[in-house]
Amino acid sequence: MPAVLRQTGFWALVAFIVLFSVFPFYYAILTSLKSGTALFRVDYLPTSVSFANYAGVLSNGVFPLNVLNSVIVASVVVAISLFLAVTAAYALSRVNFAGRSLLLLTILAVSMFPQIAVLAGLFEIVRAAGAYNSLLSLIFAYMIFTLPFTVWVLTTFMRDLPVEIEEAAIVDGASPFTIVTRVFLPLMWPALVTTGLLAFIAAWNEFLFALTFVSNNDTRTVPVAIALLSGASEQEVPWGTIMAASVIVTVPLIALVLIFQRKIISGLTAGGVKG
Amino acid sequence: MATLKLTGVRKAYGAVEVLHGIDLDIRSGEFVVFVGPSGCGKSTLLRVIAGLEDITGGTLEIDGEVVNAMSPKRRGIAMVFQSYALYPHMSVYDNMAFGLTLEKAGKAEIDRRVREAARLLQIEPYLDRLPKQLSGGQRQRVAIGRAITRDPRVFLFDEPLSNLDAALRVQTRIEIARLHEGMEGTTMIYVTHDQVEAMTLADRIVVLNKGHVEQVGSPMELYARPDNLFVAQFIGSPAMNVLPATIEATGETTRVKPQGGALVSVPVSTPTAAIRQAVHLGVRPEDLTLAPAGGDGLFRGVVTLVEKLGEVTLVYLDTGGEKPLTAKLAGDVPLERGTTIALSARPEALHLFGSDGRAIRQRMRLAA
Ligand SMILES: Nc1ncnc2c1ncn2[C@@H]1O[C@H](COP(=O)(O)OP(=O)(O)OP(=O)(O)O)[C@@H](O)[C@H]1O
Ligand SMILES: [Mg+2]
Repeated sequence: MPAVLRQTGFWALVAFIVLFSVFPFYYAILTSLKSGTALFRVDYLPTSVSFANYAGVLSNGVFPLNVLNSVIVASVVVAISLFLAVTAAYALSRVNFAGRSLLLLTILAVSMFPQIAVLAGLFEIVRAAGAYNSLLSLIFAYMIFTLPFTVWVLTTFMRDLPVEIEEAAIVDGASPFTIVTRVFLPLMWPALVTTGLLAFIAAWNEFLFALTFVSNNDTRTVPVAIALLSGASEQEVPWGTIMAASVIVTVPLIALVLIFQRKIISGLTAGGVKG
Repeated sequence: MATLKLTGVRKAYGAVEVLHGIDLDIRSGEFVVFVGPSGCGKSTLLRVIAGLEDITGGTLEIDGEVVNAMSPKRRGIAMVFQSYALYPHMSVYDNMAFGLTLEKAGKAEIDRRVREAARLLQIEPYLDRLPKQLSGGQRQRVAIGRAITRDPRVFLFDEPLSNLDAALRVQTRIEIARLHEGMEGTTMIYVTHDQVEAMTLADRIVVLNKGHVEQVGSPMELYARPDNLFVAQFIGSPAMNVLPATIEATGETTRVKPQGGALVSVPVSTPTAAIRQAVHLGVRPEDLTLAPAGGDGLFRGVVTLVEKLGEVTLVYLDTGGEKPLTAKLAGDVPLERGTTIALSARPEALHLFGSDGRAIRQRMRLAA
C-alpha cells in the first residue's frame, strides 16, 4: 500500500509541475489561434483554428527583422562568451597564479549587480563608444551577465577534469592551446552546451538593455518589439498578435533545447582514468 | 640510449621541502625502480625527472645535457600513469598516435609505429575502441603503447600496475620485463609500492625515505647487505626482525646479547671501544629455523600465532621482548599455539646495526 501511495504521490507531483510550467505556454498557443471576440472567452481546448494573428505579425514588416536581430545578438553573445570563458577557465582552473581565487570571486561578484544599477553607467559607455542604436551595444552589454556564469561553470567543470589527462598531453608534447582545443573541449560538450544554451536564452529574453540602448524599430530585438506591438487604436491591446509573436519567439528556444539535449550527457570522461 | 644524472636535486612546495638533495646516476638501458613508503617522494622525483614539476635546486642531466628548464617533450621522455590517463574521447589508435601527430610525423610513419606497438602489446583487436570499452588491463597496455610509439629516451612508470588485480598484475609485470629486454638501450624508471615488482624488474633499486635516498643497489645487494635499518626492514617480507642488543665481546667476531635471546657470535669485527654499546641485531624471518628438539637455539619463546600459507608457515614467537619474533618456516610445520620452541640462525645470516641505524659491516677479510 505505501508503495502504491508513494507512486501516486510522485506522479501527482510530476503532473502538477508539468501543468504549472506548460500551461501558460499552452494558453498562449490557444489564444494565438483565436480571432475576434473569441479572444475574451475562456477556453481550455481549441474551438476554431485561425492563423490570422500569425499572418498579421509576420507581415507587419519589422517583426521578422526583429527576430533576425535577436538571433544575431544571441548567437554572437554565445560564441564570444564561450570562447572567452573556455580560455579563461583554463587559466583559472589549471594555471597557478597569485590572486586566482580573488579574481574568480570578482568575476562572480559582477553578476550580483542588478541590471538597473549598471544601466545608466553602461548607457554612457555605449554612447561614448558610438554604439548607441546598434546591435553591438547589446552584444557588449549582454556579456556582463553571460560571462560570469559561463566562466564560473566552465572553470568548475575544467577543474574536475583529471589532471593526469592534461599531464599525459603535456608529456605527449601538446601546447596549452592544443590541450584546450584537442583534449579539453571534446570532453566539455555537456558544460559548453548547457552554459551556451543558458547564455542564449538570457540574451534572447533580455528586455531592459534592449529597450534603453536601441530606439530604432529596425534594430530592436523581439522582447521589446513584442512589448511595443500596438493595435488599431490606442485603447486596444492586440492580445492575439502578441500571443502569436510570443509563440514564434519561443519555438526556436524549445527547438534548440531539444536539439542539444542529446549532447547534455554525462560520462564523456569515462574510461580516461581509473576513478 | 640515455644516461641520467641527478646532482643534489631538491624539490620544495612553498616552504615544504619534499626532496632533500637526491644524487643518482642511471646508466643507459638500465631498469631502475624507486621504492619507499607512501609519501616519501617517489612520484615527486619521477615527475621532476619528467619535467612535470620544476626543480627547486640541483641539476638533472640527460645524456650529459642539463635539462632543468626543458619541456617534457624535449627531454624525450614518456610516462605511464597509475590512472592510465588515456584521452577518453579518442580511440585506442588515436590515443597512441596523438604524440606523433603533434610532432607532425607522416601518416605512414605514424601508422607503422602505432601498429608495431599494438602488436607488441597484443592490443591490435582494440585499435578502434574507446578507452571506456576496455578492461583495466587493456587500458594500461594502451597507456604503455602510447609511451612506446613516441620512442622515448627514458620511460617513466608511476605505479602502473597498482590498479590491476593480482593475476593481471603478474602478467603485465612479465610483459614489462619482456618489453625492457626488447627495447635495448631504453632507460626505464619505475615507481612501485610492490616489493615483488621491485625485486623482479629492477637492475637496481633506489630506496627512498622522507625525501632522501637510503640506498641504491641491485635487488640482491639490498636484500643481503642492507646499509641501514630502514632498508633492512623495508626490503623483504615479512620484515626483518630487529632486536635491541648489547655488545658483550669485541674483536674479529663480535658477541652480542639480544633482548630475549642467548649470547650469539656475529662474524663482524668491532673495535674494543664498542664494548657494552647498544646495537640492533637483525635476522630475517626466513633465516630462522627450528632448533632440534632439546637444543637451545638462539631464541626461545612461546608460539603466539601460527599462519599457514601453504608453501610456508609464519610463526610468531613471544621471547619476552617488546615485539614478537617472526619466523618463516618452509612447508607445513605442525606447531600449536602455546608451545615453547627454540629458533636458531646461521651466524652469517645475522645483521648488526649501530645505535644510529647504520650497518656494522663484515670487514673485508685481510689476506689470511
Ligand atoms: N602539490 C603539492 N604541494 C605540497 N605538497 C605536496 C604536493 N605534492 C606532493 N606533496 C607532498 O610531497 C610528499 C611526497 O609526495 P609523493 O606523491 O611524491 O609521494 P609518493 O612517494 O609517490 O607516495 P605514494 O606512494 O603514496 O604515491 C608527500 O608528503 C606529499 O604530501
Ligand atoms: Mg606516488
